[in-house]
Amino acid sequence: MTTNSHDGVGHTGESIAVEPTVTDLPGHRLVLGADVPMRLVSGQLLGPFTVSYQTYGVLNADKSNAILVCHALTGDQYVAESHPVTGRPGWWERLVGPGLTINTDDYFVICVNVLAGCMGSAGPKDIDPRTGKQFGLNFPLITITDMVAAQRLVVEHLGITQLFAVIGGSMGAMQTLEWASRYPEMVYCAIPIAGAARHSAQNIAFHEVGRQAIMADPKWAGGDYYDDNDAPERGLAVARMAAHITYLSDSALHTKFGRNLQDRQAITFGFDADFQIESYLRHQGRSFVERFDANSYLYITRAMDYFDLAAEYNDNLPPAFEDSPVRFCLISFTSDWLFPTSESRRIVHALNAVAASVSFVEIETESGHDAFLLEEPEFFRILSGFLRGAADQRKLASAS
Amino acid sequence: MTPTETNNAARIRIDQQLIAEMITPGSRVLDVGCGDGILLDLLVHDRQVDGRGIELSQEGVNGCVSRGLAVVQGDAQTDLHNYPDNAFDYVILSQTLPAIFDVKGVLGEMLRIGRCAVVSFPNFGYWRIRSVLAFRGRSPNSESLPYTWYESPNIRFFTLTDFTDLLAELGLKTERIVTIDGHGKANTRGRIGHWSNLLTEQAVFVITRK
Repeated sequence: MTTNSHDGVGHTGESIAVEPTVTDLPGHRLVLGADVPMRLVSGQLLGPFTVSYQTYGVLNADKSNAILVCHALTGDQYVAESHPVTGRPGWWERLVGPGLTINTDDYFVICVNVLAGCMGSAGPKDIDPRTGKQFGLNFPLITITDMVAAQRLVVEHLGITQLFAVIGGSMGAMQTLEWASRYPEMVYCAIPIAGAARHSAQNIAFHEVGRQAIMADPKWAGGDYYDDNDAPERGLAVARMAAHITYLSDSALHTKFGRNLQDRQAITFGFDADFQIESYLRHQGRSFVERFDANSYLYITRAMDYFDLAAEYNDNLPPAFEDSPVRFCLISFTSDWLFPTSESRRIVHALNAVAASVSFVEIETESGHDAFLLEEPEFFRILSGFLRGAADQRKLASAS
Repeated sequence: MTPTETNNAARIRIDQQLIAEMITPGSRVLDVGCGDGILLDLLVHDRQVDGRGIELSQEGVNGCVSRGLAVVQGDAQTDLHNYPDNAFDYVILSQTLPAIFDVKGVLGEMLRIGRCAVVSFPNFGYWRIRSVLAFRGRSPNSESLPYTWYESPNIRFFTLTDFTDLLAELGLKTERIVTIDGHGKANTRGRIGHWSNLLTEQAVFVITRK
């Protein structure tokens, strides 16, 4: 297997330095690529640049109890605490914390804001020192491989030679698979949830709709909207609304909203949000723009589109996991049509083909793709059992 | 971390107990149709094997994974071909063969991906079964055949002799046969004759390629 082969295609040139604009958030910040710039898959060199990350729990003496949580497209490093911008609960607060499924009394949990993100890791809204202006679309294209390469530098900075687990849902699952494939010796077990080894044509299509919605907003201005403090909020909100539908399921929408009307007794023969579902989506769009940068949305969706683990192996997935010592646990959800069970099963078949250790469960739920973020007792029970079994085999001593 | 519960000794079947004793500690094992994972759990914890499982029922799979076992949802008849040659020392098929449509195919795949196949099954030639059919005129039930005819997942009803004939036809080598009589007493046998076919309620075979 090729390890860390960021042999880019083409230009190298000067390293791109990134000056952070977000510096007042809670958590840790780390400057990377200062001495040796990081080579991106695109061939460009990045550094120095900043990544932000958050940790929970205590790293034990032999540094063997670390769990890296990889966040999804619109997630961030605030896994298990109130979000510093929105004040809402952390996105995995019901799963990660003292006494919970990912027990921070036992494990040291790390979550890194992805490259191209907008919560303190280098991204398009940071300053390009060459121009003194924010990058916008001059920020280099980032891939899942690049995100994981940056996370690896954080993990090494923390002195951790092997993560006990890497876990993530959706785009987090892509990063988890990338970790297991590229740095197998650094991962004891990998738990990709509601994921895929490649982004499907349908999913690329949905992302393109979202990007076009952003780009069609006149305020987007070719990505150069930062100076006027007037972001393409309508475009980003529409992108979020369209995407949000893909995270749910027909039956979940029906159960939750049906054709119920919003604060009214009858339809109004107009284009106001008559239906609850419309009102709900508008609210999702509005609240999203408060915390997310439109250009980051473009970059991160593109990273997902470009993800295809089998691409370097002639479209053959098993070699991506050849001789893998990693213990895998894949989890999918029955009503998830964005990352359907068939995608997880494809990975399972590839792992079986190289006789890797793999567990795979499909959880029955009507919550769609979002199920990995919700209260799903069966999912929690399975995850907790898998982690306990792996900790047993790893002979992991409790940190507490 | 809390220790994994391994106290399933009371629920383990006699054929599973016999199979566990046949498996070399530390070996690589695939349990095909591993059910709730009792045998796999025993093998992993007491015999320190590198154990994997395939199970058709999602309920069984979820139970296994939540106990920390490496089990995937899958079908013996369609999913064994994903595994590479000689990936395992032992491929186990306990009490599942009667429910298999493509018996030859599955046995062949087991011996492609594993060095040894370990197969346990109920003997349809057991005298009690013969007598229920002969004298009561009804489809037999027994402890090792606990289903009514209309609910049984079993589609293949075969005897010890049938099975040894099939192994001969396939040119496979029988390394070991352990028969279990109606009292749960196990006997190691060199070959299957008329009497052992009559007195055996279930059997465990260890099979290799010639």
